[in-house]
Amino acid sequence: MSRRPFTPKVVTANLLVEGDVVYLSADDRWVPALRDAEIQEDEAIAEARLLDASSQSDTVVGVYLAEVKHGPDGPEPVHFREAFRASGPTNYPHGKAHEAQ
Amino acid sequence: MYQYDDFDRAFLAERNAQFRAQVERRLDGSLTEDEFKPLRLMNGVYLQLHAYMLRVAIPYGTLSADQMRVLAELAERWDKGYGHFTTRQNIQYNWPKLRDIPDMLDRLGDVGMHAIQTSGNTIRNVTADHFAGAAADEIVDPRPYAELLRQWSTDHPEFQFLPRKFKIAVTGSPNDRAVTKAHDIGLVAKERDGEIGFEVLVGGGLGRTPMVGKTLREFLPVADLLPYCEAIVGVYNRLGRRDNKYKARIKITVHETGIEEIRNLVEARFAELRPLFDGSDMNALRRIEAQFAPPAFRTSSQLPERLDPALQAWIDTSVTAHKRADHAIVTISVKAHGATPGDASAEQMRLMADLAERYAYGELRISHEQNVILPHVRRADLPAIYAALNKAGLGTANVGLASDIIACPGMDYCALATARSIPVAQGIATALEAIERDIGALKIKISGCINACGHHHVGHIGILGLDRAGVENYQITLGGDGTETMAVGERAGPGFAYDQIVPAVERLVRAYLDLRTDPSETFLAAYRRLGAAPFKAALYPDEEAAHAA
Repeated sequence: MSRRPFTPKVVTANLLVEGDVVYLSADDRWVPALRDAEIQEDEAIAEARLLDASSQSDTVVGVYLAEVKHGPDGPEPVHFREAFRASGPTNYPHGKAHEAQ
Repeated sequence: MYQYDDFDRAFLAERNAQFRAQVERRLDGSLTEDEFKPLRLMNGVYLQLHAYMLRVAIPYGTLSADQMRVLAELAERWDKGYGHFTTRQNIQYNWPKLRDIPDMLDRLGDVGMHAIQTSGNTIRNVTADHFAGAAADEIVDPRPYAELLRQWSTDHPEFQFLPRKFKIAVTGSPNDRAVTKAHDIGLVAKERDGEIGFEVLVGGGLGRTPMVGKTLREFLPVADLLPYCEAIVGVYNRLGRRDNKYKARIKITVHETGIEEIRNLVEARFAELRPLFDGSDMNALRRIEAQFAPPAFRTSSQLPERLDPALQAWIDTSVTAHKRADHAIVTISVKAHGATPGDASAEQMRLMADLAERYAYGELRISHEQNVILPHVRRADLPAIYAALNKAGLGTANVGLASDIIACPGMDYCALATARSIPVAQGIATALEAIERDIGALKIKISGCINACGHHHVGHIGILGLDRAGVENYQITLGGDGTETMAVGERAGPGFAYDQIVPAVERLVRAYLDLRTDPSETFLAAYRRLGAAPFKAALYPDEEAAHAA
């Protein structure tokens, strides 16, 4: 059986105290914007980054790998759930995207 | 209303202090997330999509003006200035910081409120008819029984780790506004030879496997209420499946075991338990009942026959008959067209508290339909109340109409959701605004996943949002009913894309307008008379054309 080829991912979680959605950057910071996240192209490295991130339980909770695609300004979500996590609720302007403006 | 005594206050203070210490230990690393998660859930704290969420219980939907003001204060001090009233008569705060939650719980404790058992596999907030104590059709006020059940079930040592969550609803009226047939236990007050008792329903539920509750006892005397409920939950605790969370609710236990066998087991357990209840529960009930005495009603003149059309439109939809002819029940729509169903700002909450204090003897209710009720209003005060509500964006005359939509938080907030609910509700409400008075009574209910928090199975039109291969997709069910004639809606056919669901509902409703015999025939009545076929034809016109070709 052939395995599904690995697709680009980012490491994502929620901040322990604030609960905000964050992403792991290439320089090991938790950043609020998906565009600043480090894209993992290699499965083994992605798993290692995930393992390392999961050990930071004093900072973040619910760590996982989210699928992304390359966009002109950095990673972009593939699934709509990740799009909402990245930009906040859509029912009216509040939350992450609105506050970033 | 029930007033906390010293025991209640001490219990809550101790519980809040425990949770404060648990949060501190989580933040200093003494507790892992795996250790902390069940502790926070036991106190109503979820981690959702964008933030933590705190779910606060509003027991049987009853609130005082002071309690509503504290809910407003929480929204303003520790959240983003609003709260979300839910389909289980709770309020949810969508943006609290973990560090702040112990302070929020302490502030709630000041006014006799908490978030205990608003999550987890326990007996959840006991819900009741939102017109309790006021409705003209009521046999008895169900809230004292709901309060007795709340006290019995809170921190009940045997029932903290049930196979799955457990929900109880109580109604004192034959017209069921509490969806009792969709609860794990539904209690419907009855009168027999001058004695009050309950028809006991068991095994109702929505979610993945919707089921209509079955009658376990035709008439249960009030004195047997606690031992009988304890017998039901005890039997469920023993038989309920713990191997598969999708089959763990009591509805599956009843379905797999059979109602007759469940009845035998419950009656046998009840016979063991009954002698252990020595009457102190009934003494407690009498003390509780005294606290639910009706307010000292003031007499009121009636309104003139001719009213301003806007006021008349609001009265037509928002006012329900009170047990006193000179009073009315006012339902405040928290469903302005295009707004998020059930969201109220801190300012709006304060205004509703002020109105309750000035015009409604200090009482409010929250309905499972995500609206707020002023239960006792002098009819002469209706114009002043409407004017004040209208000024604050709370005067929408749409209660019971197409835009009075139940919608769960969906994927805009909820970590479990598979699609959005709220924007669909906003789109439908806006699209149907111009014709909803012509449409008349219509219940549209939207859930953003199969767990059915938006009660879509019992919507006249139900909408279920799903993830179909990475795209939001919406299934429509037709003919659902959440009242005493409960029915589970039938799936109409293939789902609709996000940008197609609002036009589909619009087609459905316009078809109803063409199909009804006259304006007095509601959507549900027309559906029951005609069956699904003409409504499906409206939903899937291309398919219809292909068949005709």
